[in-house]
Amino acid sequence: MNFNATLIGQTITFIVFVWFCMKFIWPPIMHALEARRKKIADGLAASERGKHEQELAEERATEILREAKDKAGEIITRAEKRGGEIIDEAKVDARDEGERLLTSARAEIDQEINRAKEDLRGQVVSIALAGAGKVLEREVDQSAHDELLTKLAAEI
Amino acid sequence: MAAEPLTSSSYIKHHLTNLTYGKFPEGHEHAGHWGFAHSAQDAQAMGFWAINVDSMLFSIGLGMLFLWLFRKVAKTATVDVPGGWQNFVEWIVEFIDTSVRGSFSAKNDMVAPLALTLFIWIFLMNLMDLIAVDHIPWLASLLGVSHLKIVSTTDPNITFGLALPVFFLVLYYSVKIKGLGGFLGELAFHPFPKWMAPVNLLLEGVTLIARPLSHSLRLFGNMYAGEMIFILIALMYGGGIALGAFGGLLQLGWAIFHILIITLQAFIFMTLTIVYLDMAHQETH
Repeated sequence: MNFNATLIGQTITFIVFVWFCMKFIWPPIMHALEARRKKIADGLAASERGKHEQELAEERATEILREAKDKAGEIITRAEKRGGEIIDEAKVDARDEGERLLTSARAEIDQEINRAKEDLRGQVVSIALAGAGKVLEREVDQSAHDELLTKLAAEI
Repeated sequence: MAAEPLTSSSYIKHHLTNLTYGKFPEGHEHAGHWGFAHSAQDAQAMGFWAINVDSMLFSIGLGMLFLWLFRKVAKTATVDVPGGWQNFVEWIVEFIDTSVRGSFSAKNDMVAPLALTLFIWIFLMNLMDLIAVDHIPWLASLLGVSHLKIVSTTDPNITFGLALPVFFLVLYYSVKIKGLGGFLGELAFHPFPKWMAPVNLLLEGVTLIARPLSHSLRLFGNMYAGEMIFILIALMYGGGIALGAFGGLLQLGWAIFHILIITLQAFIFMTLTIVYLDMAHQETH
């Protein structure tokens, strides 16, 4: 164990190496590490933000869904009401129409009855006239007895 | 050396001798010439102005390896998903950064790179210990290199070469942060009251000086002892098949245990550096 100039050589080498390490090795590596740390932190923050935004979006979606449901319910209620109204109107219309038809049918029936009565009356008159002619054995003058016949027809 | 008879003690001595380059002293057969020492005595006799070429080469080589490997990542470091090697480097850097943040409270951009350099560099130098003791020296001997110690941290020059700059940094920052008066006051007025300043100065002075000593000797001692045990185990290979097989088992066990030691020693050296520098930055004791 003898000391010699190796001591000085090693000291100088040491100083040079530390200087080199300090200048060219440590700063770039630390810089890269720092940058990566920052990048990861940013990424985490971004994901956090994304999660938050998603939560907000979900909330908003729920809100919109609820609104839509409310609106749909309202629309259905209104539609049901309107439907009821339409049905009522239709009922009224139908009743009116029915009544109208009934009335006109009745009128027509009356007319028919009257016409039939008239016919029957005419025919009864002719039959009566024919019968009377047969009874009297002579022609009954239609024109001569028209007044009488009309009176008779009216009585039938 | 080929010329010497191979005994256990010469084997051990050979393994514990650095490849030293220096000027041969007076009285030597090569007196006045520069060259590689042929033995530990030669190296000793060369005095201070000699250099352990193997220690320096492995130290610089492994340091360059560290810088190259990490620089590769630093140049291409991306913010996106890191690749395998980048991931590993980032893991280490993060680990060092956490250690520094944990023990170093002041603000100094130099401490973390310093800690990183120390940790990886020392770890790599220690790692050479796991290569079987004879392999690389044997390869080197084929190239005509007489001595080679591949574990730089078993050379006290290397460990002191690491601890002394740290010590000077501690002194520099102590004076810079607290002022010369503050620093001296810290040495003189603790732990006893002011009137016992000389005693305080002595105590604190010893503490201060003991720091770089223990700092470097802890690493050196651990690695030297570990290396020594590897060498002793390697000796068993010469003792027949049974002893050799037992030695192989021992070596495996010790190597596995040593993985822990080399990492731990690198970590301790780094942590102590951080702690000492932190103390230098503290205003109050």
